[in-house]
Amino acid sequence: MRDFTYVLADDVASAGSLVHNDAVARAVQTPDDVAYVAGGTTQYDLMRDGVWSPGTLVDISRLPLADIEVSDDLLVVGAAVTMADLARHPSVVDLDVLRDSLLLAASPQLRTMATVGGNVLQRTRCRYFRDPTVTQCNKRVPGSGCAAVEGTARTHAVLGVDAGCIAVHASDLAVALVALDARVRTHGPHGGRTISVTQLHVRADEDPARDNTLVAGELITHLEIPLPDARSGYLKVRDRASYEFALTSAAVVARVEDGVLAHVAIGLGGVGSVPWRATRAEEVLRGQRASLALFEEAAAAELADAFTVPGTAFKPELARRTLVRQLRDVTEVTA
Amino acid sequence: MSRLSVDVTVNGEQHSVEVDTRRSLLDLLREDLALTGTQKGCDQGACGACTVHLDGQRRLSCLTMAVQADGREVTTIEGIGTPDDLHPVQQAFLDCDAFQCGACTAGQVMSAAALLDEEGWSTADDVRELMSGNLCRCGAYPRIVDAVLSARTAREA
Ligand SMILES: Cc1cc2nc3c(=O)[nH]c(=O)nc-3n(C[C@H](O)[C@H](O)[C@H](O)COP(=O)(O)OP(=O)(O)OC[C@H]3O[C@@H](n4cnc5c(N)ncnc54)[C@H](O)[C@@H]3O)c2cc1C
Ligand code: SF4
Ligand code: FES
Ligand code: FES
Repeated sequence: MRDFTYVLADDVASAGSLVHNDAVARAVQTPDDVAYVAGGTTQYDLMRDGVWSPGTLVDISRLPLADIEVSDDLLVVGAAVTMADLARHPSVVDLDVLRDSLLLAASPQLRTMATVGGNVLQRTRCRYFRDPTVTQCNKRVPGSGCAAVEGTARTHAVLGVDAGCIAVHASDLAVALVALDARVRTHGPHGGRTISVTQLHVRADEDPARDNTLVAGELITHLEIPLPDARSGYLKVRDRASYEFALTSAAVVARVEDGVLAHVAIGLGGVGSVPWRATRAEEVLRGQRASLALFEEAAAAELADAFTVPGTAFKPELARRTLVRQLRDVTEVTA
Repeated sequence: MSRLSVDVTVNGEQHSVEVDTRRSLLDLLREDLALTGTQKGCDQGACGACTVHLDGQRRLSCLTMAVQADGREVTTIEGIGTPDDLHPVQQAFLDCDAFQCGACTAGQVMSAAALLDEEGWSTADDVRELMSGNLCRCGAYPRIVDAVLSARTAREA
């Protein structure tokens, strides 16, 4: 692992205005060769593997960004809130899709360490990306090719990908967030801004070398999560019962009025190079009379253009079934 | 080489250790403080053998940077009981015969000891899910579940 300088951003005196935190201000203004670390469960891991080793690491885990506030129908969650703490917050305990996206992820120990900001920005688990001795990886070394396309690719993506990179975005939380129309609040070189989670990540078929649309040094300060007036749920399908990433997953937020889908929002996990908002499926469903046939039509539409390699050939069908089952469970429409 | 001084309380004892910024909490414990009860299984967050308590909560010491433990309290397997005065979870692991080779046991016990203080669980299924961050290659799982439930019962009695 490359040597690095560690800087703790803990200036609580100037906490009221995060902008004036010295360490953060430096990272924002001169972001070259600097990275943030929160829980470290992705960042420190990648540094030790020699995949991504910045010269300076700015620790944001002790910044006063660990509060959760509820106002009207909006949940505002500090970026340094841990997955465990968000999952047990009173407003989240009954919001099935959010709670389960957190509790079905990683392990109790990891959820105690990992922050929500770090979770949505976690980097792909592609084994070829995480092994610097592999020379072909367009995400790590732009233009070098993709070892996964010809390699072992069970956990890879089938949507938002092409032969240049099939890396999956493995966050469960982010899949729930896109279905909840959540946003991130950031602080960066040009001040503050708010970005929809659906606009936060970059598809591998657009630019494999770029994970997200944040500019260098831009810090996520909060998640804004609208609390829906709808039922919801998160279904995660994986190779073992727990402590495993998704093969496929579906986050569904829906409200049925008089048999008609008045509201429906869907996120798919395990299949996309980004947390996948299933807009095609939603178009099929919205305003229509809920039925099993309609759910199947919607799921088929979403997966119609899937890009598969031999290792991922099973995924479109598994993803379709995952989505149909979750639509049934959330709407309680079974025929 | 970048070095920093880390002030950390381990099992009630204060230490000031100068560490390479790259050091993990696991290596600080094992190499700098010679507390080798905490095990290194995978060293990448995938097995739970290195579980310790940081400010009372269970965490993986292999993925915790030593510098991030500055000013905090760590409890390791050496700090929760003694041979003459076992922690209730240790006693339950003995009573239920909940280990074979023992490689995972320190992590299992630390994880279970923290779990006893967590809320919202009671059944064997809950235990299986909430102990899923600790793998056991010997497959002692059924007895580990028994041990955790029996430690809970002992504590409630
Ligand atoms: C064994 C294992 C199993 C796992 N299983 C799952 C799973 O099933 N589901 C799942 O969703 N995840 C899973 N994860 C991933 C885990 O949830 C993430 O590693 C974790 O959420 C990242 O949070 P962190 O606070 O540790 O982030 P860090 O590792 O500290 O940071 C992650 C990245 O985000 C950047 N960053 C962090 N915070 C901010 C911020 N506020 N603003 C700007 N940049 C920031 C960092 O620079 C870094 O690049 C697993 C991880 C492991 C090791
Ligand atoms: S799938 Fe993407 S991250 Fe994995 S080897 Fe190919 S280019 Fe690299
Ligand atoms: S050694 Fe830490 S999780 Fe395996
Ligand atoms: S007792 Fe051998 S690994 Fe668990």
